[in-house]
Formats: sequence, structure tokens, C-alpha cells
Amino acid sequence: MTLEIVRVDSPREAAELLSADMGARFLGGGTIVVRNHSYGDVGIRRLVLSDGLGLDNIRVEGGRAEIGAGATMAKIAAYPTLAALAPVVREIGGPAVRAMATVGGNLFASSPYGDLAVALLALDAEVAVVGQRDDETVALERFLLARWRYTTSIVKSVSFVLPPEGGLRFVKVMRRHPHGASVLSIAALLPLSDGRVKGARVAYGAMAPTAIKAKAVEQVLEGAQLDDATIAKAAAVAEEGTAPASDSFASDWYRRAVLPVHLVRLLKG
Amino acid sequence: MARVPLQFTINGKEAAEFVESGALLVDVLRDKLALTAAKVGCGQGTCGACTVLIDGELQLSCLMPAQRAEGRSVTTLEGLADGNELHPLQSAFAEGFAVQCGFCAPGMIMAAKWLLDSNPNPTRAEVVDAISGNICRCTGYESIIDAILSAAADMRGRKTA
Repeated sequence: MTLEIVRVDSPREAAELLSADMGARFLGGGTIVVRNHSYGDVGIRRLVLSDGLGLDNIRVEGGRAEIGAGATMAKIAAYPTLAALAPVVREIGGPAVRAMATVGGNLFASSPYGDLAVALLALDAEVAVVGQRDDETVALERFLLARWRYTTSIVKSVSFVLPPEGGLRFVKVMRRHPHGASVLSIAALLPLSDGRVKGARVAYGAMAPTAIKAKAVEQVLEGAQLDDATIAKAAAVAEEGTAPASDSFASDWYRRAVLPVHLVRLLKG
Repeated sequence: MARVPLQFTINGKEAAEFVESGALLVDVLRDKLALTAAKVGCGQGTCGACTVLIDGELQLSCLMPAQRAEGRSVTTLEGLADGNELHPLQSAFAEGFAVQCGFCAPGMIMAAKWLLDSNPNPTRAEVVDAISGNICRCTGYESIIDAILSAAADMRGRKTA
């Protein structure tokens, strides 16, 4: 089927087009939208190119990072001051996928994909969105809970406070190595103050339709010493709030069964 | 169907074609330009059979509207040999029995070329990472990895000779 390819001059113009035409999609790297079209999504009739809109810029300043939605996984992996995210993005796809897949697309990826969003959630990232009329900055957690609201908007960038070196913990559990799809992934930021966790952030991937916060685990860890007793308590509540799917990579039962095992390993470092 | 003009460089030569709006690059390469090395395998970016280089970056031509290649430089497997002289990677694949059915080989070799262009002396793990987006259902991968390492050594030898 013929697809109309449209070039625009600004994210706002792209948002206006998406709002006016239900058959239009914003094209980042193509790893989601083109794939969906090739696999029979006949609702896609027009692709609005992100090319030339300056959405792939990365800025790291004053301890804060701002990554344009069009930045690819490969660009992040090669960016020296984003070393904290390198172990995350290097686990996503092969080199060709990493050279095409974008940050913005990752936020819309369906489970079990979207590993970067898991790390960004643990970093309490904010998402800058350009709508048909207004701009908005929204917490990633809220964005993910209501992604449908933003399908006619353009994600401009994500921003977050850079974690201290080695501060972001991440594990991706795969059955195909290297770089298979997630059985599950976990990201955790566990700052210590006087020997106790202060500001615990733990997020899961592939344990729900989108990346989610592990709120029960965060509550157990907050203010506690990161010792065996605390970790055992965290493992006991690991499953709370999850709703994993069964797919060709793992059953929902298997995901629930192995989640505490990998959480414990991650927390023990 | 709406047709749009497309100009780009393919294997070092200028190409100008009218293509269907939204046509995928892999289809333009195969159907318009008769460059059939890049294959349509999964059509979803999983198998890597359609892998090409665009401006030196590894890309999946089954996920790219051809209009995105406008003004850019595309290299396919057909662009590697120098006349009748095979590229060292092609020779290594043939000599090392790294090709069985051959369906994955063009994508594998393009991924390997991308690796060796920036890293002429890769480790085995780096080779595995470079071809991790390319699926082979015949060889079990070991002969492919050996062939890439062999080609890398050959190319380094040619440079120092």
C-alpha cells in the first residue's frame, strides 16, 4: 500500500498533522512504525519524518542530561558523559537496530521491548512533549501510564539528573544472547546516606504493558540498610503491582517466578 | 500509485529513480536496481538479512522508506568486490565455509564490514556483538566468526605489507 512521506519544519507542525489525520504516524527510527505497517497495520497511511528537526541533540550540563527524542541508542552508547546509560543501550538489539532505534520510540515500545525506558524511569526522567497547541513537561511515570494521550503529540526530549558513577544498576534477563528481547529487566538507583538508602528508585521492564515502578520494593528499601534482611523483604514484595504477559520469550508465570531471583542479585550488587 | 523522484549514491555511483511513495529501501534495491544481495527475511528488523551501510552506518533496509536515503550514500554487498577481486570478507566466507544456504551472508558481511571499518583488530566477543542482529539458521555461527577474524587478519596484513 502506498504511504505518503511528509517532511515538516517543526515538531509543532508534526503534531498538527498527527492531530488532523488518524492515519499519520511520526517516524523516528522506523523500528516500530515501519514494522507495524509491514505487518499489516493498514491504518498507517502517512509517515511524518522526524529528519532535520534537530531532535537528536544531546546536552549534558550542570549534572543534568537532556537527550533529544531522535537520538539513537548508538549515539547514546558513544556519548562519553552518558556512560551510565551505555550498559543499558548496548543490550538493545544488534548494531543496526541500535543505529536506528530512538529514545522517543523506546518510550512507545510495547512490552517486552523498551529497556531504555526502564532505566529512565529509575532515573525519574521527565519527558518534554510538543502538542498541537501547547508544550508540556511530564514525569515519565505519568507519561507511561497514559501513553495513549500522547499519540498525537511529539516527544521532544527526555531529561534527568545524572546518577553518580556506578549508581545506576541494571540487569536485562534474556534467553537469546547477546541482545535478545527481555524476559524482564530491572533498573535501580539506590543512593546511600549514612549507610541507609535514601531516595530508592526501582523500575521493571516486561513485567507490565509498559515499564513500571516497583513501588512496594522502593518502600521496603527506603530508609533501610541494604543488608540481607532488607533484600529478603524486598524480594518478598517484588511481584506487587506487576502484570506480565506471556509471549514467545517467557510465560507470565516464569517472569513472576524469576523476578525475585534477579532482584536479589541486582540489590546485592 | 503516487511516484516520487529519488536520488542517492549506490555503491559509489549516482542513482536516480522514480519510486512508489513509501516504498522500502530494500524493495527499491532489489526490484528497481536489481541489487538482490540484501534480502527480505523477517521484514521487522530481527533477522538482519536486509542489512546495508548508509553513510557508513549499519542500517536495516527493510525498515527504511527509500525516501530517507535521498542524497545519501548506500553500500550493499555488491559494492564490496573490486571488479573480479572479492573483498577479503567475501573470500574468507567462501574459503572458511561460512556460507551454507547463503541467505544471511550478505547481511553478515555488511555487519562485519561495519565492524572492521572502525575496528580492524576485533576480539571474538566484538565480532559476536557486531553480528548479533544477524540470524543464521545453517552454520551455527562459529565458521562465520572465524571467517570475520580471518578477514580482519588478512586486511591488517595487506596494510602492513
